[in-house]
Amino acid sequence: MTALDQVEVKEGVDQETVDAVAQLSGAYKYGWNDDDIEMDYAPKGVNPDIVALISSKNEEPQWMLDWRQAAFTRWEGMSVPNWAMLKVADIDFQDLYYYARPKSMEVKPKSLDEVDPKLLETYKKLGIPLKEQAILAGVEGAENDLPERKVAVDAVFDSVSVGTTFQAELKKAGVIFCSISEAIREYPELVKKYLGTVVPPSDNFYATLNSAVFSDGSFVYVPPGVRCPMELSTYFRINAENTGQFERTLIIADKGSYVSYLEGCTAPKRDVAQLHAAVVEIIIEEDAEVKYSTVQNWYPGDEEGKGGIYNFVTKRADCRGARSKVMWTQVETGSAVTWKYPSCILRGDDSQGEFYSIAIANNYQQADTGTKMVHLGKRTKSRIVSKGISAGHAQNTYRGLVSMHPKAKESRNYTQCDSLLIGSQCGAHTVPYIEVKNNSSRVEHEATTSKVDDDQLFYCRSRGMDEEEAVALVVNGFCKEVLQALPMEFAMEAQALVAISLEGSVG
Amino acid sequence: MALPQFKQDATDARLDAVTVPDGAAWLTQARKDAMTRTATMGLPHRRDEYWKYTDPATLVAADAPAAEVLDDDDAIFSDANPLTLVFVDGVFDAAASDDLKGENLEIGCLAEAGAQDIHWAKDLYGVLELAGQNPVQRPLASLNTATATDGVMIRATGPVDRPICLRYRRKESAADAVLHHVVRVEAGAKVTLLETGSAAARLSTVTEVSVADGGEFHHVRQQGRDHARRMNTHTFARIGEGSVFKSFTLSLNGVLTRNDCVIDMLGDDAVAHVAGACVGDGEGFHHDDTVFITHDALRGESRQVFKKVLRNGAVGVFQGKILVKEGAQKTDGYQISQSLLLDDDSQFLAKPELEIYADDVACSHGSTSGAISEEALFYLRSRGVSEKAATNLLTLAFLAEALEEIADEGLADDLRDRLAGWLDRHAG
Repeated sequence: MTALDQVEVKEGVDQETVDAVAQLSGAYKYGWNDDDIEMDYAPKGVNPDIVALISSKNEEPQWMLDWRQAAFTRWEGMSVPNWAMLKVADIDFQDLYYYARPKSMEVKPKSLDEVDPKLLETYKKLGIPLKEQAILAGVEGAENDLPERKVAVDAVFDSVSVGTTFQAELKKAGVIFCSISEAIREYPELVKKYLGTVVPPSDNFYATLNSAVFSDGSFVYVPPGVRCPMELSTYFRINAENTGQFERTLIIADKGSYVSYLEGCTAPKRDVAQLHAAVVEIIIEEDAEVKYSTVQNWYPGDEEGKGGIYNFVTKRADCRGARSKVMWTQVETGSAVTWKYPSCILRGDDSQGEFYSIAIANNYQQADTGTKMVHLGKRTKSRIVSKGISAGHAQNTYRGLVSMHPKAKESRNYTQCDSLLIGSQCGAHTVPYIEVKNNSSRVEHEATTSKVDDDQLFYCRSRGMDEEEAVALVVNGFCKEVLQALPMEFAMEAQALVAISLEGSVG
Repeated sequence: MALPQFKQDATDARLDAVTVPDGAAWLTQARKDAMTRTATMGLPHRRDEYWKYTDPATLVAADAPAAEVLDDDDAIFSDANPLTLVFVDGVFDAAASDDLKGENLEIGCLAEAGAQDIHWAKDLYGVLELAGQNPVQRPLASLNTATATDGVMIRATGPVDRPICLRYRRKESAADAVLHHVVRVEAGAKVTLLETGSAAARLSTVTEVSVADGGEFHHVRQQGRDHARRMNTHTFARIGEGSVFKSFTLSLNGVLTRNDCVIDMLGDDAVAHVAGACVGDGEGFHHDDTVFITHDALRGESRQVFKKVLRNGAVGVFQGKILVKEGAQKTDGYQISQSLLLDDDSQFLAKPELEIYADDVACSHGSTSGAISEEALFYLRSRGVSEKAATNLLTLAFLAEALEEIADEGLADDLRDRLAGWLDRHAG
């Protein structure tokens, strides 16, 4: 069991909080491996041939291959970024498999009987119901037997999407939800128009590598005025050893549309660290709204810090249209190393970006995570609420940028980030960048639990509460905001998180 | 590791143009070592993390850009009846200064101390600067250690009643001045250091301060007057158990000001406060406060309070850091940086950092930026206060929290007067 049992906790920190952290980040529930699933691998390493091989496996058109090759050429000239507060052992990029696919997926199975039972077993163990499992494993026609449900799932197993549920029903509403490899074949115009426009292939080391070798991922297009009839979800599973997973997600919310998207991830326990470098691009047009929620639960490594997933992710939303809105919610409990900054480009006037994050790091986990809010349009609003919890020997860093451009008149940002340390050997760090280039905008950055809104405090006091009670009420209310932002599907995780109190946090 | 070519070239160009002055063996060695580490680190560039908001090009260039000489404000701090040392274009002027003596005080200048074979200053000169190079490199400070020609050496052995005031005067319009001060406050001793004047077209100062257990060091300075001057200053402090370190800076005008303050709190129950108020007018104005406070003992209290008022394209920068080392329990760290932007052309760029490795600490930081409150302005106008007077009143109120960090009321009043006068001249 984790070292949290023995740790002496300072006064003011709830035992319940400690237990909840131990439970969330303790024994890893999804750590089995399914090595007996037969896999097809591309040879180890990355080079133009591998890029071409991935492209041909996905039956891609020439323009896509050219795009990948250009990214690869650029990547060769780039060096690994080292600005984050992370100690990462050198990654040998030539010692990884860049493509791994279950053998049974070579020919798409037509019925449940044809699906590799071991693949089904994996989804069963992950807690996905049988009927849905049938769909996940790519069985055609199984959807019709199902009662009405509200979550469509795209399941990605190592390098390939094994199936997407409810495609037909979504199609009726005009929503396209499929794997990105399918989208490149079926909807090349849409992909061509949007791919790489939010995170350009030259963006950063890991995004460029991803642009060259991404194998699969999800694609969502919500047409104008459509409210997506169900939640969309992607489930990522890394299974094969020494395999890097590079998925690419592209979400387009056209004018006046709405979609809520969920993402979950797990991986087996392995002694050797594995690489995950994803790119998520979201385009939000006028009056559209996207909610993107992640529960990241990659294998965090063992108690000595051996193994685990290195999670280097670039996620960015571009609020192109006026009054568009994006909301990132993330619960980060897994991964040995997290390097992730879901960002919002607030280009449209009156557009809004929100970022809610809870990052929990235990044992030897390291998290360097936060957000960027780039205010370009007038009257744009952003809000950042980040809670970081460190235990054991973990290091947890909030890193964020709030930038108010000269033309972003009357914009508003509010940032609050709190950190909690459990034990004396971990670290909590805050690295905010604040750039204000006009005077009608207001920017506030706070990192303390004692400094709460004076008006709210005054209200509580005037109702007869003493100062401490009032502060507790306001602060707890704030904490809940992150949890309330999580969709129903993550109720289990949210329930566990409710027990976490940030009393005694250090700012 | 080899430096990138652009950095190597700029470093070579500057280092070729400077000479390491002569002195006693210990000083020559300290200077040579500092020169070596400057060459190894390379001079700062915009691409360096701690220079991303301030372009060091004119501080690094071989020649100092010219700056018009204005009259000096000799009245400031005179009510405090200080022991005054005058430096003209960076050279100590004995005739214009007071006699260098006082109770519980050893005081001299670098030129004189550096000629002696043995001097107490050798334990500190370049030593605290070297310690302050990690984890963030400060090559302009080591360049100062290598090339400083003058400065003051102060050793307080008990309470020193009279403040010591350094008045920097200018004669040349395009001169460099490189001053290096060393202050040693012995156990239970107390001293106040005042600084005023702009000193040179381009000034570099390093002040190394060692405060022993139970000692107190107070520092109040005014940087201003000459609009076109540039300066970079570094303060390196090492403070012991139960000691107090307080530094306040008022900045008015100046094309470029970069103030670095590095404090290591080594003894338990120590107190360190660093504060600054700055008012900037005009596109040329760029002011940068960079602070790094390390808590390495129990129950330390640190405060960083920085307020900036900016107008007509002025740029204000704050880079603050609180580092709490493992075991520095019960630390109380506070950091606030706020800016008041009086128009749409001005900018505030901030990076308020925390790095914490101890679990039983209270550290908070805040940073805000915005315009003057319309409601407050309206209220004052409705009471018959003119718009100009109301703006000035609200500006002074905004800066008040920083000025409260000055322990001596007389000195604080002196600076408030300067501030009010400046606002009067620059209003509208």
